[in-house]
Amino acid sequence: MRRGWKWLLPLSALPVLALLAYGFRVNPRDIPSPLVGRPAAAFTLTAFDGATVSLESLRGKVAVVNFWASWCYPACYDEAPVLERGWRAYRDRGVVVVGVAIQDQTEAAQKFIRDFGLTFPNARDVTGKVSVDYGVYGVPETFFVSRDGRIRGKHVGAVTDDVFRTRVDALLQEGG
Amino acid sequence: MIPEVGSGALIVALALAVYGSAAAAAGARTGRGALVESAQHAALGVFGLVSACLLLLTYAFLTFDFSVRYVATNTNLGTPFYYRITAVWGALEGSIVLWAWMLSLYTLLIVLRHRHNARELYPWVLTVMLAVSAFFLLIMTVPAPVFERLSPIPADGRGLNPLLQDSGMITHPIALYLGFTGLTVPFAFAMAALITGRVGDFWIATTRRWTIIAWYFLSLGLLIGGWWSYHVLGWGGYWAWDPVENAAFMPWLTATALLHSVMIQERRRMMRLWNLALVILTFSLTLFGTFLTRSGVIASVHAFTQGTIGIFFLCFLALVVLTALILLAWRWDALAAEGELDSVISRESAFLLNNVLLIAATFTVFFGTVFPLVSEAVRGVKVSVGAPFFNQVNVPLFLSLIFLMGVGPLIAWRRASLDNLKRNFLWPVLIGLVAAAVLSLLGVGSALAVAAIALTAFVAATIAVDVVRATRARVRLGENPVRAAGGLLLRHNRRYGGFIVHLGILVITLGITGSHAWSVQTETTLQRGEHTDLGGYRVRFDGLNASEESNHMKVTGTFSVTNGRNLSTVLLPAKKYYPQEQSPIAYVDYRLGLLEDVYLVLGDFARDGSEATVKLQINRLVSWIWIGGAILTLGAALSIMPERRRPA
Repeated sequence: MRRGWKWLLPLSALPVLALLAYGFRVNPRDIPSPLVGRPAAAFTLTAFDGATVSLESLRGKVAVVNFWASWCYPACYDEAPVLERGWRAYRDRGVVVVGVAIQDQTEAAQKFIRDFGLTFPNARDVTGKVSVDYGVYGVPETFFVSRDGRIRGKHVGAVTDDVFRTRVDALLQEGG
Repeated sequence: MIPEVGSGALIVALALAVYGSAAAAAGARTGRGALVESAQHAALGVFGLVSACLLLLTYAFLTFDFSVRYVATNTNLGTPFYYRITAVWGALEGSIVLWAWMLSLYTLLIVLRHRHNARELYPWVLTVMLAVSAFFLLIMTVPAPVFERLSPIPADGRGLNPLLQDSGMITHPIALYLGFTGLTVPFAFAMAALITGRVGDFWIATTRRWTIIAWYFLSLGLLIGGWWSYHVLGWGGYWAWDPVENAAFMPWLTATALLHSVMIQERRRMMRLWNLALVILTFSLTLFGTFLTRSGVIASVHAFTQGTIGIFFLCFLALVVLTALILLAWRWDALAAEGELDSVISRESAFLLNNVLLIAATFTVFFGTVFPLVSEAVRGVKVSVGAPFFNQVNVPLFLSLIFLMGVGPLIAWRRASLDNLKRNFLWPVLIGLVAAAVLSLLGVGSALAVAAIALTAFVAATIAVDVVRATRARVRLGENPVRAAGGLLLRHNRRYGGFIVHLGILVITLGITGSHAWSVQTETTLQRGEHTDLGGYRVRFDGLNASEESNHMKVTGTFSVTNGRNLSTVLLPAKKYYPQEQSPIAYVDYRLGLLEDVYLVLGDFARDGSEATVKLQINRLVSWIWIGGAILTLGAALSIMPERRRPA
């Protein structure tokens, strides 16, 4: 073997390492939801404060539907203040945040809402029907619904301020 | 308190490991023994500190110290005592603690065992071991801080993943990690050999036992993982070619290759470069496995949560692979073989072929595992590679390996004569053929099953031929047969330990073949009092029962199982509802047997208990996989015992 060839040995490892590095750019859990682009499933729930929350009543507004649970630590704890901030910043511009607590107990969920001072409508999905309709795989998951009632985006894991703003701004811009 | 003390101890341990690694290297370069001795003290200190951290973490779990974030995330007040201990390594951060602890234990054992007998290699071995430890301690301090404080302190924690609340989860990670970390030892010796230029056979002879130990624990870890999958996950199988299973399987394949190819080096002074490359590959694959499990790059049932940790692992993997391969290229000229291959029909070439096949298997598993990444990078399409691909490619490779398992140990070194072949293989080949004929006559339809069992019979016969012949030789010298056979095992424990390991693999092969070829299953909905029949068993649904357990709710189905002969029993499969989980967890009930297991999984049911869907499986020969594991243990133990062979 000619002398120089032996250095191909370490070089040969580079493509494999590059491929693994590429892996950081993709998220294997980011399975595109088949629901994106489809009309959002209708639901009517009774909020913790007794009011009725329904998706139909939000037609014409941009809706952020967030599935959460009080035991979902830390992701739901991280995103609760984000959602509240987003709700306060955007509520006057036709944006509604709706929280749906799933697989949860009423007292625990109410304590969660009190602890974080959440003011947007929050309801418990007692039968689990809503989470099944939305194909919720785990908590938290958040769906961004356009004014005409279509699911336009799904976010798995805690929503950040950045994600909230980007998604909601995009939905607000379309169709004026 | 605990968060601060623990983090402090980790930082000191990290500093000690870095210092020890540097001191040992400096000691090796300057020849100053005092530096190496100081590095030894550092290794002892690292072991002490990491042990303390492990105990501290365990204590935090036992006392529900939710001020530690990791404790709050992985336990809650309802978690039983037993699972509060397994929860210590039940998630990412804690698993690294366990890993680092084992690594520091191996380092200590090297100090104790090799400080006087590993010559120039020893300080460099210490350098590498401590450097690898330092990396894991760095992980524990920066991207995965196990003792991170949680504030405000929650009243209760999240709870351990219910699937991990099983006895298998005590032993599976421990065995697997002992295997993974143990493979650092041969790697450290190989690096020391390359650095010092003493690339002869000394490092191979010194690390043989370490490699067997690591290989054995890896095998055990894989088998316990299979057992866990079988009796917990409820899909009725034990191996799914999941990326992370593959990640543990690949170093097992290359370590197996190594255990065989070192014999050629010892005997014929060949394959030096190959063996070094195999050690490097094996260790890199263990790192690749940890990278895969912890980086979130590939989706898997085993995946831990993601974070920046993957980038740390990838950088370290790159550092290890590139350094090792550059060293290898640098010593290239010193690695030329002294012996050469005399004939294609010889033990050397059988072993060579064994290595080629094992590496081919490793490569296909690797390819299948990373293919989803390749596909996304090249075509932008998400795909997943399933069991059919892996089975189709690997089954022929493994069958060929089993054939070689019969040939390798008996065929002559250098060049096998026709007489040698006839003497060793005439009977085994006949027995294999007879087995194939009998199976075909019995109406076994699956050609694969016939081939696998015939090959198994062939290999078992070669082992019998060897044992009988060797025993006879001693009997002729006047020993009684039992003593002669026993003495054989002890005096030639390396050879016969290897044979017993082979027997274990054969028994496992039988189990795998049987479960694939002859298992049957059905899924059906039964009204209360109704029954279903499968494979000679009658299963009747007798009702449902709900109960409240310490940390979950449980719905249990009662099924009576009879086979009209000697069996009449009740099986109680259940569904467990954990408040923190989206979907219920299946609790499988089964009755294990030597020939077949009855295996019941509860599906949907009516709330009033009037009907239930049940999955019934009759899994054939699966128990032999676990029995094979026990045989493997005996063989591995025998082969690492000190050799008692008296010089001839």
